[in-house]
Amino acid sequence: MAFSVDSIRADFPILKIKMNGKKLVYLDSAATSQKPKQVLESMDYYYRNYNANIHRGIYKIAERATEEYIDSKKKIAKFINADSIEEIIYVRNTTEAINLVSLAWGNANVKKGDHILISEMEHHSNIVPWMLLAKRKGAILDFIKLDKTNSRLDMDSFNKMLEKKPKIVAVTHVSNVLGTINNIKEIIKRAHKNGAFVLIDAAQSVPHMQVDVKELDCDFFAFSAHKMLGPTGIGVLYAKREILENMEPLFGGGDMIRTVQYDSYSWNDLPWKFEAGTSDVAGGIGFGAAIDYLNKVGIGNIRKHEKELTKYALEELDNVKGIKVYGLNSKNMDERAGVITFSMDKVHPHDVAQIFDSEGIAIRSGHHCAMPLVTERLMQPALSRISFYLYNDKSEVDAAIKALGKVKSTFRIK
Amino acid sequence: MDLYAEEIISHYEHPHNKGEIKNPSISVHEHNPLCGDDLTIYLEIEKNRIKEVKFNGNGCAISMASASMLTDEIKGKTLDEIEKMGLKDIIDLLGIDPGPARLKCATLSLKTLKEASFMYQHKKVDNETKQL
Repeated sequence: MAFSVDSIRADFPILKIKMNGKKLVYLDSAATSQKPKQVLESMDYYYRNYNANIHRGIYKIAERATEEYIDSKKKIAKFINADSIEEIIYVRNTTEAINLVSLAWGNANVKKGDHILISEMEHHSNIVPWMLLAKRKGAILDFIKLDKTNSRLDMDSFNKMLEKKPKIVAVTHVSNVLGTINNIKEIIKRAHKNGAFVLIDAAQSVPHMQVDVKELDCDFFAFSAHKMLGPTGIGVLYAKREILENMEPLFGGGDMIRTVQYDSYSWNDLPWKFEAGTSDVAGGIGFGAAIDYLNKVGIGNIRKHEKELTKYALEELDNVKGIKVYGLNSKNMDERAGVITFSMDKVHPHDVAQIFDSEGIAIRSGHHCAMPLVTERLMQPALSRISFYLYNDKSEVDAAIKALGKVKSTFRIK
Repeated sequence: MDLYAEEIISHYEHPHNKGEIKNPSISVHEHNPLCGDDLTIYLEIEKNRIKEVKFNGNGCAISMASASMLTDEIKGKTLDEIEKMGLKDIIDLLGIDPGPARLKCATLSLKTLKEASFMYQHKKVDNETKQL
């Protein structure tokens, strides 16, 4: 199918709204993506036509709900090339997936004095769960440093940290601040060679580029539906089957057990062992519809489109005086995703975002839940961020550049 | 709604009362980690009245302009009068309601000032008790 931004945009009802009287220009997809009508309708249709609890009823609509819910897992497994749905555990979001690993796997496998290795590029969701685990167990949390340009992970620093024989290495695939695509294949290979398990925070990668968990050989892989056209409230923990088989569940309740006696119990099969209680059925169904949509457009086409858009935006930003862009430049597009973080001389990022808002443009400002990176490494109190998805086009980049002009004139900057 | 009226930008560009007071009666540092606004207020107090006030810090135009305007406003006021100040006073000073998203920016200076006043009065009570 030929890639057409115009026909894609027509599928997103929200892109027709106005914000502050101006056409909405949504440049905050790294925070959450917008949803196509196909996703919205799939969930609405479930609630209206076959709403029933799954894995229980014998009646027709319960069967259908169960089937559609399981189908969504099949679609996700295929999308990331997992072996089967047994490796696809539904959680609320990426954060919950990482917490699940740090609690269920971490409590059983990390001991006092052990090392846990993360990087300076992480989102709080991939820092705080490990801080908590380290505190519970008396373990030591180490950070892979950024290189001198503050854009890539320093692989020498990584090698040095591996000498401490960490139990687990947890790194992000794509930085939500810098947009850097980390070489996780190499990271996983080196970590495994040193006996470490590896968790990849894929919240910013799976929505935008092809991933293959088998080829990567990662142990844990976490992402959220809401960043990839799906609803909020549902996300995925992928983990290798043998790891999940040996892992104790974190939550107990209905659906996660096979048998319960007064003095004993046995677990349900994977993946249900990790999904206690009534699931987010509508969320799963919406997630499945989102995967269908991404497949229809083609994830390769999406990556190509975002690469072009990001390159264009980086080049345009280069021409704006007083703007500093963080991360890799437009000559390194193979290592760069559609996330552009910048600061402006003499203007606080909140004021930048506020003036963008008055022009109908949604961008993010703040520390982007990556405080160590933003405040300690980049030495900024806050930053502005533009991020793209399949529905953005060049005219929206132009609108952002024009809004920067308004920021300058408001603040009387020449 | 124009949050960035001439007046606000002028105070942001050329803040009044910016700086430090050496040996102040009290100084309080506050910050808002969410947006990175950072503010210290220095007060010189005589007979429960603000004799001199300075502030230092970094932040957005709204937080810095409100600090500049507020420090102008409170010179000569009593601590009791400061206790009674609220959001309405900030809105009057800025000439605009900052709205929920920027409320914290707009009120950071007043929050810091009230904290300073509170701490000064406790410090005073402490000292008086010591003398008993």
